[in-house]
Amino acid sequence: MNSELLGVFLMYATVLALAIPLGRYIGKVFNYESTWLDKLFNPLDRLFFKLSGIDPDFEMNWKQHLMTLLTINAFWFVISLFVLTNMSWLPLNPDGNPSMSWDLAFNTSVSFVSNTNLQHYSGETGLSYAGQLILMLWQFISAATGIAICAVVFNAMKARSTEKLGNFYSYFVRTCTRVLLPIAFIGALILVFNGTPMTFEGKDTITTLEGAEQSISRGPAAAFISIKQLGTNGGGYYGPNSTNPMENPNYLTNILETVFIFLIPIALVFAMGYVLQREKLALMIYGVMTAGFLCLVIPSIYFEMNGNPAIAEMGISQEMGSMEGKEVRFGSAASAYWAINTTSTSNGSVNAMHDSMTPLTGMFAMLGMMINSFYGGVGVGFINFYVFIILAVFIGGLMVGRTPEFLGKKVEAREVKIAMIIALLHPLMILGGTALASYLYSGNPEAYASWLNNPGFHGFSEFLYEFSSAAANNGSGFEGLGDNTPFWNVATGLVMLLSRYLPIIGPVAIAGILASKKYIPESAGTLKTDTSTFGILVFAVIGVVAALAFFPALTLGPLAEYFSLY
Amino acid sequence: MKNNIIPAIRLTLVCLVFFCGFYTMAVWAVAQLAPGQGKGITVSENGKIHHINVGQSFTNDEYFWSRPSAVDYDAAGSGGSNYGPTNPDHLSEVEERITYFLEKNPEVDRSEIPSDLVTASGSGLDPHISVQAAKIQVNRIANAAGISADELNRLVEKHTEKPLLGLFGTERINVLKLNLEVEKSIRN
Repeated sequence: MNSELLGVFLMYATVLALAIPLGRYIGKVFNYESTWLDKLFNPLDRLFFKLSGIDPDFEMNWKQHLMTLLTINAFWFVISLFVLTNMSWLPLNPDGNPSMSWDLAFNTSVSFVSNTNLQHYSGETGLSYAGQLILMLWQFISAATGIAICAVVFNAMKARSTEKLGNFYSYFVRTCTRVLLPIAFIGALILVFNGTPMTFEGKDTITTLEGAEQSISRGPAAAFISIKQLGTNGGGYYGPNSTNPMENPNYLTNILETVFIFLIPIALVFAMGYVLQREKLALMIYGVMTAGFLCLVIPSIYFEMNGNPAIAEMGISQEMGSMEGKEVRFGSAASAYWAINTTSTSNGSVNAMHDSMTPLTGMFAMLGMMINSFYGGVGVGFINFYVFIILAVFIGGLMVGRTPEFLGKKVEAREVKIAMIIALLHPLMILGGTALASYLYSGNPEAYASWLNNPGFHGFSEFLYEFSSAAANNGSGFEGLGDNTPFWNVATGLVMLLSRYLPIIGPVAIAGILASKKYIPESAGTLKTDTSTFGILVFAVIGVVAALAFFPALTLGPLAEYFSLY
Repeated sequence: MKNNIIPAIRLTLVCLVFFCGFYTMAVWAVAQLAPGQGKGITVSENGKIHHINVGQSFTNDEYFWSRPSAVDYDAAGSGGSNYGPTNPDHLSEVEERITYFLEKNPEVDRSEIPSDLVTASGSGLDPHISVQAAKIQVNRIANAAGISADELNRLVEKHTEKPLLGLFGTERINVLKLNLEVEKSIRN
């Protein structure tokens, strides 16, 4: 068997083997059950609450949860703006990098606080070490925000009737200390021992073997890279992210970084099974997510390994596959696998340039972001999937002619309306943004010539990809796009902002409303949601709502390019 | 809202100290035990320091060439070409590289050239080439550097890095490590 494909199998097997026990552990953390790490973390958590003046036992209703989340996120945004626009005189700037312009700082702050990590700057030249470290803080706590609010939704799904859904700060701190910190620390150490920099010294300047001078950017990279992979953040320390050999030095670190992308998103599905004691429901959700992921990843690996037909025509050997924008140490299979991992979750880190991939791989990467719930971002991926479950319950209920119910709660008009608005918001952001950019560009192609790195269909794909990435809070890009301009900074900044918080507010509202309703025990007439039949229904709803909305736009970009090439 | 502001500010400051401070310093402290002390893994050869994980530009005839780079191996501003697969500029650039390679390596047949040797890497700093990419350069280097082809083939063999555990990933050659040996042979 081909060693590149074996590597891909190993990565998936490893993540699944780790995610199941981790899911159980996260479930225990959410349930406040004792774990073997309590001796260490109980005093630490108490210290966090004491210094912050928080009572972790105060139970909040769903509105209080959202208020708390939005307030603390707004404060992070303000600090981020301040640091990024003042880096030039703040400490930890050995390379003398400049402060950011206001529009770039706005975009970057929204991007990192919203767990997107879309980057319109390049780390080597655009940030000081203080800037990198403050962004690393958002990588921890924006991931913890998503996971904490997911814990609230789990709590609301329990079989009882209540307004009280735990304490947001408490879920948040427990996620930071008990889940993210230990795993990120182990990951950072593995990276450091494989050659990823972790130093506060500035650039190293060497003379190459051929006598040229080469400056090499360094910095506190390993600590940053580990959490950006783990928290589905994805913002690279270096410009080309994990493609850079300092950020991802060898195949072993590539396995580690790839496993980290999926680890928590998959674990959270099993955590839900543990918290609710509904393992069959967790298996149904895991099955639908995996089926969707496989539909995207298998053809992508096939196309990348087969190479670019336009290059094949030149008569050279493409045994390694399509290699433009890829690294030899990873190969085309592991690069295509990463591309779909990173886009079906909302990670957005890359180990190869997506802009240079064959047309359909680019399309499947975009589809991953357009659907945004095949595993999805930490916490928010499950929440997105929850919206599709509510829609499927509603449609299923109509089909069998009964009041739709989910986990013993009646799903009524208000909940379905919220779910529908959230499901349609995503296409509106992506297609609306792409339409606006295309309109501006086609009206005056000379003025906006610097936007596009590629002509024709592929240029349109660059627009479509950028807005998909912003709306999915993903952060990867077709990086040929000249995106550090006020238009792109502001437009994608607004899209990231709306697409982060509305899809949190909507599902939490649904879950909160359902939680306060009367609990009806299951009867013979209940539509069972933990069966494979219901799984197929959810899959179909995702297909109809998410995929078909984007089909016309995809035909103009990647599909048209495909038919011009093959 | 008002009740939330003070705890939000205090909790954020605690997180700032804990993650930017303690977590970062803990990773940094352990890095002091790692190869290169977290400053990048280097080798010293003939009085020069080299970072083995960072690719260098090699264009002289007596060295194994590294992959094309969109940023000319600038390790303080890495990046790829971001050319799409149908971009005419990209395709003509690849064609030019093939023509140039065949001109410099007349014994090589077009169909033997592997795609990695004529396409730009994602980072512009790829330290590796495929084994095939090294093999087809042996004759040129033998002529230019005055080293026997057998000796060069032995070096290629010696520096071929197998897939992880012999099973997972690609087979590849670190161009810098190989060229350091070529350099040694030239000096002797």
